Amino acid sequence: MQLKYIDEFRDPGLARGLVEKTRAAWAGRPPMRIMEVCGTHTVSIARAGIRSLLSGVVTLISGPGCPVCVTPDGYIDAAVGLGMRPDTIIATFGDMLRVPGRRSSLEKERGNGIDARVLYSPLDAVEIAAKNKDKEVVFLGVGFETTAPSIAGAILAAADRKIPNFSVLSSVRTIPLAMEALASDPEVRIEGFLCPAHVSAIIGSDAYIPVAGKFGLPCVVAGFEPLDILCGIYMLLLQKKRGAASVENEYARVATAAGNRKALGVISRVFEPGDIAWRGIGVLPGTGLRIREDFSAFDAQVKFGIAVPSEAEKTACRCGDVLKGKITPPQCPLFGKACTPEEPYGPCMVSSEGSCAAYFKYGAA
Amino acid sequence: MCLGVPARVVEVAGASATVEVGGARREVSIMLLDGVSAGDWVILHAGFAIERLSAEEAERTLALFREISDATEIH
Repeated sequence: MQLKYIDEFRDPGLARGLVEKTRAAWAGRPPMRIMEVCGTHTVSIARAGIRSLLSGVVTLISGPGCPVCVTPDGYIDAAVGLGMRPDTIIATFGDMLRVPGRRSSLEKERGNGIDARVLYSPLDAVEIAAKNKDKEVVFLGVGFETTAPSIAGAILAAADRKIPNFSVLSSVRTIPLAMEALASDPEVRIEGFLCPAHVSAIIGSDAYIPVAGKFGLPCVVAGFEPLDILCGIYMLLLQKKRGAASVENEYARVATAAGNRKALGVISRVFEPGDIAWRGIGVLPGTGLRIREDFSAFDAQVKFGIAVPSEAEKTACRCGDVLKGKITPPQCPLFGKACTPEEPYGPCMVSSEGSCAAYFKYGAA
Repeated sequence: MCLGVPARVVEVAGASATVEVGGARREVSIMLLDGVSAGDWVILHAGFAIERLSAEEAERTLALFREISDATEIH
């Protein structure tokens, strides 16, 4: 089947040309350390074998951009706890089901009677609530700016339709300040950022001007298809070569400089910035989106009087170092042994977008 | 989790629209975009059209790929 605006961006002939020109442009230089912030880029890079195509030219470091991976296990425990309440339906995106908390996972507890349902859209959760008035429906609001307007939109829809039995357990995060935290960590040693495609569609490429300016780091917004990524890397290398540190946009067919103003308005109507813990990284001030008081009737934490603990867990899983780009997944002692996609130990192996799962499935290429 | 799919708008009805993705039709929310009309291309994510897709910009980017691939001069 032909897929317009996807197939053209996977053309093998153009990919060969881009790889050749990139190698030629960088000949004789040490590999540039580039962080791909977003988990969707991580998967696309692994699937297309871009690491091996550009070996010796760039070192691609996977960042913290897999929402499931950075959600602390205290959140999973809170979700499991809510699911154990009588007459409660947990509604979630698929990847969250298998993530282990400190005690259990939603998938394991499904066998013990938890009603956890996988949805495509948060609006589906509102619909379930409308049809099950005798039950509480809690949506697990996990994601970045790409998903934030959809979750906010669902809350607005529930408010509009006066559906009192719908709520959201919010673990929504924002990317630019997290990038600044990584850029300022001397152990991470990043020389440039490949910026997310759809986060940027919402927030706009101008959102990276502070990180590019403060840390002198080239930033390029790139689409998720292989040619987008190859071209984005080429643009980063050219910036580095001429000593520039600006924000460029390869994904101009969707992302603009200012972003989607209307979506940003929907986000800020429902959410306000707050501090939030990232698994393995710790609390990053101002990178969380919490539900505003006006909508507290739809905030599961307020409604059920629970708090999501944010202290770090202590295990042999080196997820945090993987998420910060300090080590590659095979350098974790559990990788491929005590932790596999069938029996995952850490979230980076659970999520299909996790760096560990991508390395396990496609190898280090 | 930030994957989005290009979809063509078939019909608009208030804050929702029918879109076509790879031959299949589905209903999505267009509350995040102003002035969507039939024939527009949008990016779908979690049941919402999150942004438009510009055909001209797509062509421009593809032309850039061709230009880089064909160039004999190294920048």
